[in-house]
Amino acid sequence: MGFFFYVIAALTLAGGLTAVLLKNTVHCALSLTVAFAGLALLFLRLDAQFVGFAQILVYIGAVAILVVFAILLTRSSETPKDGVFSSTWLAGLAIAAAVFAVLGWAVLQSASTLPNESAAPTVTVEQIGQALMGRYVLPLEIVALLLTAALIGAVIIAMHENEEVK
Amino acid sequence: MFANLDQVFILLKQWVVRFLPLGLQPAAGVVLCVITIVCVFPGLFAISVLMERKGLGRMQNRLGPNRVGPFGMFQPVADGIKSLTKEDIVPLRADGVVHFLAPVFLVVVVFMGYAVLPMGRNMTLVHMDAALLFYFAVGASTELSVFMAGWSSRNKYSLLGAMRAVAQMISYEVVLLLSSVAVVMITGSLSLDKIVEAQNQYTWGLPHWYIFTPWGCAGFVTFAIAAMAETNRSPFDLPEGESELVAGYFTEYSGFKFAEFFLGEYVGMLSISGLGTTLFLGGWSAPLEVLGWVPSWFWFFAKIMMSICVFIWIRGTLPRLRQDQLMNFAWKFVLPFTLLNLMVTALWHILGEGWQRWVVCSAILLVAYFFMARAGMHGKNFRPRIYRYAE
Repeated sequence: MGFFFYVIAALTLAGGLTAVLLKNTVHCALSLTVAFAGLALLFLRLDAQFVGFAQILVYIGAVAILVVFAILLTRSSETPKDGVFSSTWLAGLAIAAAVFAVLGWAVLQSASTLPNESAAPTVTVEQIGQALMGRYVLPLEIVALLLTAALIGAVIIAMHENEEVK
Repeated sequence: MFANLDQVFILLKQWVVRFLPLGLQPAAGVVLCVITIVCVFPGLFAISVLMERKGLGRMQNRLGPNRVGPFGMFQPVADGIKSLTKEDIVPLRADGVVHFLAPVFLVVVVFMGYAVLPMGRNMTLVHMDAALLFYFAVGASTELSVFMAGWSSRNKYSLLGAMRAVAQMISYEVVLLLSSVAVVMITGSLSLDKIVEAQNQYTWGLPHWYIFTPWGCAGFVTFAIAAMAETNRSPFDLPEGESELVAGYFTEYSGFKFAEFFLGEYVGMLSISGLGTTLFLGGWSAPLEVLGWVPSWFWFFAKIMMSICVFIWIRGTLPRLRQDQLMNFAWKFVLPFTLLNLMVTALWHILGEGWQRWVVCSAILLVAYFFMARAGMHGKNFRPRIYRYAE
């Protein structure tokens, strides 16, 4: 916890807040990207290089682009006249606050059950690679299979209904 | 003497830093390195633009720039002054903030890639375990800048160009990553320093560069294709196809913002050449053992500039692809071939030392290339070109 932690935390929070509060959908997507970048920086500050870079590669390089494409392809990115805020925003706020409270409570409770480690563990990228290819190779393969199935499913959905159409 | 010349920049840095108080020295060293990188690569950008314009001029049977200075050598200076003094026009309906941020973001991200490139012996700014991952992570962020530029301009041409660019960059990024994975598999490390060290060995005076192995050669070719597409260079320059889209995603940019996109493109080209050099062409190692006395940084920059010349040569030679050809080429030819190359790399590792692995791996790759090319040509009715003249 230092000066940089607070700077990064403020950046992440600001990104998240503007993603909710801005009116233009593309602006929201871009501020969400800022929040992703803030998270990646937090990981890097904790010396988790692999997770940090994977966060940038996957979330900023792929997910943000996907979100933006989805916005552009589904409907106009112009702001609707009556605003983007739902009429039941109060209920939404209450639910969000409740979820946040539960998560925060869980995190604060779990801190005391963890062993108090004096030194930060040093995990190199090589060790992560060894673990992924050794001990956790089955989950990795299952995830790969799942993603391939999802990909094929998406292609089938997007395909033309009748085969004659070329 | 030669050892000192090899480390001349390191020694110079240490000499400059020594004048500062002890507490500031590490930070000052880093700042000095960053300033050097930010100055050297735009300098190379100016040189490569001049080379490109002169070289393309030669290839197209004209002179190229020849007015400013002897042989037009000061043309980049004139261009720079021109773009600095030009009016910066922002369309009325454009999204001001995003429109401003897009080129800035691009330039920042492109320069970040240089942090991990080993530019000579002991000349890496940040020694990182996951250097390659870092490079690709920041490289992936350029797509966002392209999208921001295209969307914020509120111009159909810009948006179309941006969509084309992002689709193309995502497709070819897969190839770029997978062809680098082969190198990581053999080296066993994501650190670019270690990758160069692994290639800096010699047998009979010849280097152990990865390009001189069957999988490395195939990987280098796919990497070069993907790099060309990733930097939007001809023949993959559809996003800025001037006959269709004016200038693609930066149609609405003028003045220095336009110059920033231009800078971003060329600095990105230099950076990806540096990565290709590091991965496949031995980084800063000398091409022959007897040339080991030449400073290592000289080899790195010489290899980068050679790659730029190849980029220019290809631009002058090949016509632009069509959008469907571009996508088919990426997903139906280059990507399967890259995946096969990964298998071949694993086989190369398993077969161990000996001549057998050379024969087996080369044979697999050549046969696969032949049949995949045949399969790709199948059903495409190629006939002799028919010329029709206006009557």
